[in-house]
Amino acid sequence: MAIKSNLDAVNDALRTAMKKDDRVVVLGEDVGALGGVFRATAGLQKEFGEKRVFDTPLAEAGIVGTAIGMAMYGLKPVAEIQFMGFIFPALNQLFAHAARLRNRSRGRFNVPLVIRTPWGAGAGALEHHMESTEALLTQIPGLKVVAPSTPYDMKGMLLAAIEDPDPVIFLEHMRIYRAVKGEVPEGHYTVPLGKSEVVREGKDITLIGWGYMRHLAMHIADLLAEKGIDAEVLDLKTLAPLDSKTILASAMKTGRDIILHEAPRTCGLGAEIAAICSECGLLSLKAPVERVTGYDITMPLRMSEKLNIPDEARVLEAVDRVMNF
Amino acid sequence: MILGKYDPLKGEKFCMIDENGIAKEVASLPDAEKLKALYCDMVKIRAMDDKAFSLQRQGRLGTYGQLKGSEAVQVGAAHAMEKDDWLVPSYRENGLMHLRGVPLSSIYLYWAGNELGAKFPEGSKILPFSIPVGSQMLHAVGLGMAANIRGDKAAIVTCFGDGATSEGEFHEAMNFAGVFNSPTVFLCTNNQFAISFRSTKQTKTPTIAQKALSYGFEGIVVDGMDAVAMYQTVSEALAKARMGGGPTFIEAVTFRLCDHTTSDDASIYQDPKEVAMWQARDPVVRLKKYLTSANLWKQEDEEKLTTDVKKAIDEAVAVLGSANKPTPEDLFGFTYAVQPQLDWQLRDLKGVIERKSHGN
Repeated sequence: MAIKSNLDAVNDALRTAMKKDDRVVVLGEDVGALGGVFRATAGLQKEFGEKRVFDTPLAEAGIVGTAIGMAMYGLKPVAEIQFMGFIFPALNQLFAHAARLRNRSRGRFNVPLVIRTPWGAGAGALEHHMESTEALLTQIPGLKVVAPSTPYDMKGMLLAAIEDPDPVIFLEHMRIYRAVKGEVPEGHYTVPLGKSEVVREGKDITLIGWGYMRHLAMHIADLLAEKGIDAEVLDLKTLAPLDSKTILASAMKTGRDIILHEAPRTCGLGAEIAAICSECGLLSLKAPVERVTGYDITMPLRMSEKLNIPDEARVLEAVDRVMNF
Repeated sequence: MILGKYDPLKGEKFCMIDENGIAKEVASLPDAEKLKALYCDMVKIRAMDDKAFSLQRQGRLGTYGQLKGSEAVQVGAAHAMEKDDWLVPSYRENGLMHLRGVPLSSIYLYWAGNELGAKFPEGSKILPFSIPVGSQMLHAVGLGMAANIRGDKAAIVTCFGDGATSEGEFHEAMNFAGVFNSPTVFLCTNNQFAISFRSTKQTKTPTIAQKALSYGFEGIVVDGMDAVAMYQTVSEALAKARMGGGPTFIEAVTFRLCDHTTSDDASIYQDPKEVAMWQARDPVVRLKKYLTSANLWKQEDEEKLTTDVKKAIDEAVAVLGSANKPTPEDLFGFTYAVQPQLDWQLRDLKGVIERKSHGN
């Protein structure tokens, strides 16, 4: 199997989907000749032509709104929003239309649309280029929100997203675009949406993360192993709808849960996961569910952004609290 | 009068000094002191911009968006603006913001990723520049609406690029400006690129300025590499705004003589021949040619200017080198006016930093 970066896995998935199904089209700002600001769509316009891979005017509501129209016509648009921090003009289209056209038309229409967008901090980028607003999107019934963290999942879940009959927001963490590499099978395969995955088995404590946080959790698990603590790591993978069953099974097994996310703490996904654990697994818990998250502040600029991203020190302190409760 | 004289629908464009440095009507030019000041400030902001680029390449700044090619637009607007005029900029107006009173050191600090650089001098009527493209023009229109409500003679300049005119909020800003007669000057730097995307694909209309007509106010196309034409046009639009004449749209046609930002590589999509053609129209070189030919500028003037500019930049770089990093309080303190719910989070962060510094 080829070793690819997350970024190359995205490119591979798009190429695979476009070869398999001529209804798949790619649109967005700079996705054509430039191949996207990160080069996620590199070479696609050359291979599939300007009708299927095209640049749009600079307008997020325009991109998503017209992609909704294309999807209802029968195409499978994969639209890129250049950075997650710029998705807001499109929220009206997502909230008022993409997410509820199936419901509003009593099933006559569906919106098989994928919105890809880079997210997350830690890459030293400018303001608005380091956002983690996934919880805002998971609050919109009718949208699926996924955030893979390995090249294998990146390709398999993007192919699954493109084949999904409903709108999917596909989050690609910037910090691990090139930094994380892994085996990626040739050709077509899918990784199911809606499933979380235990990526490391353990019995003492569960660490839950997605995007870059999944990799931080794996690193912490290695450190804990040296201390004799056997940590389980759960890669959430799909943020909406949540895989409550897998979350709960792990919490009941270890009795100790720590959720890591970059997004602000209040009303972040960590709160929802903690609620699931307490609602359904209270008597199995050995300690309160902990959250290590971004603070409730605007993401600091480049020089200080890492102060706001959960790191080894903060997670280890949380582990101490939970293990010694 | 310039406004109303050049019809965008007929493809007419206002220019005072052409690309060869030749003045069309010498009698209509500003006085020699103003011409020299326009030139000096273009030299200064270009040098400041070049320095920012090299600082970025040294790793001392983060991603930086250069302004090269739009010096005439920024300097022309800066000189046209009066003390009480408001500025609502985008991220590329670093030169204009500096000329309106933001210290060079603040600009460097901001782009280094230091919040302390975002603190502009008290009383300056300059909004924080906007990175989300096309989102700031509405604020300019709102400032003008408030001035109308209060009966003040205000005027506002808002800056944006060709790409911004595709955003829905651009339409809303233009429409509100017309409906509420907001004293706003829409200053569009059409540098022909939104990252890789050509302005000719951004819209099907031959000019951007003509869109103003459909919102019920004047639009004009100006040679954006001619600082004199820019100065005169913005001056007239601002005077009109202060007199209650409402909004004006100015399309300054330039060319982005640099990458979109330091993260970009324009060689992938720019045609070198076209770049060379526009380099020959360089706004700084052009005005110097005129000044020299009119005997208004000598070698010793240039030498003094170079020395002065270098000194100003060196001082700003020194401030960048010695500035404090933001403290946790700097990061938390401006989230709300009063923020008891964040107190424990601030204590948490300070505790983490403290424990890290003790290595445990």
